[in-house]
Amino acid sequence: MDSVVQLQRQLVDYRAQLFNEGFLDEQFNQLQQLQDESNPDFVVEVVTLFFEDSERLLDELAKALEQQSVDYRKIDAHVHQLKGSSSSIGAQRVQKVCIGFRNFCEERNIEGCQKCLQQVKHEYSLVKTKLETLFKLEQKILAAGGSIPLPM
Amino acid sequence: MFHIHCAGLCSSASVLVICCKQSFYYSFSYSYTGLPLALPRGENMDGGGGSRENVTAGGAYTEELHVLAVDDSLVDRKLVERLLKNSSCKVTTAENGLRALEYLGLGDEKRTSLEDNVSKVNLIITDYCMPGMTGYELLKKIKESSILKEIPVVIMSSENIPTRINKCLEEGAQMFMLKPLKQSDVVKLRCNLMNCRS
Repeated sequence: MDSVVQLQRQLVDYRAQLFNEGFLDEQFNQLQQLQDESNPDFVVEVVTLFFEDSERLLDELAKALEQQSVDYRKIDAHVHQLKGSSSSIGAQRVQKVCIGFRNFCEERNIEGCQKCLQQVKHEYSLVKTKLETLFKLEQKILAAGGSIPLPM
Repeated sequence: MFHIHCAGLCSSASVLVICCKQSFYYSFSYSYTGLPLALPRGENMDGGGGSRENVTAGGAYTEELHVLAVDDSLVDRKLVERLLKNSSCKVTTAENGLRALEYLGLGDEKRTSLEDNVSKVNLIITDYCMPGMTGYELLKKIKESSILKEIPVVIMSSENIPTRINKCLEEGAQMFMLKPLKQSDVVKLRCNLMNCRS
């Protein structure tokens, strides 16, 4: 069993990696700063809302792109929402794909849109896995009696 | 009515005492004792319940703003609520313009009593892009209303479009803020509101 110090170092390294690889950006640090003793689960709560919201939007997007007559305005509205929520939690790579996605919507480019949907699903699934790993690591530290190191 | 908005942003508690008995409760205890107050927590129009909780009022010069935050995104509502509560604001959230107007009492023309929600709200912060009524349309409705027009309205948007910003400012928006919101934005907001009282 790793010691608290080892777990904390693992967390700091893992977090740094997520930032370096562009999965998360500064906005995620903002969320961490809003968390305190009176709101100890704030980050997990917001991120959970993001997961639920994103999954709903990705389903809607898949359905919309399967239609005989594609409604690009509706697709753009969904992508705009996804872009917004990913930006609000700092999920940078998801947000970036959304920007390209919106451009394809404007061009009414069905293939471009379909490609972007695959890309955004992929990026979403990556960041979800990584955040879940991060949260599990935090839980381990807390269970071992340690505290979660603050972002630099 | 106008006094409440000005007084809510400055330290003149006596005006609040005269105008609104609910504000009397807040402001009297607030400025005279500085002790922990029992204040009702903000209600959520999107389903969350409100309950009475003890909240520390903070220092004598910290204003307790009651903010109505309007956004169709659940993630953003949660974020803005936390940001504002961390700055000692009481927060009520609404998921769209219609719900916001209902909360403010614009839905029912018979209501003119100062005891309504409208007298409690010191600031409205709304997203620009919302399905149905946009933030801009909500802003217009508020500014067209004789009972609501003095309430400062802040518009938030993820898109930095100068024509959009100007349009909102021309319609009477207090400020335009770029998303995603950070703590420093809320600090700027409070400074902006403080500087506007004269």
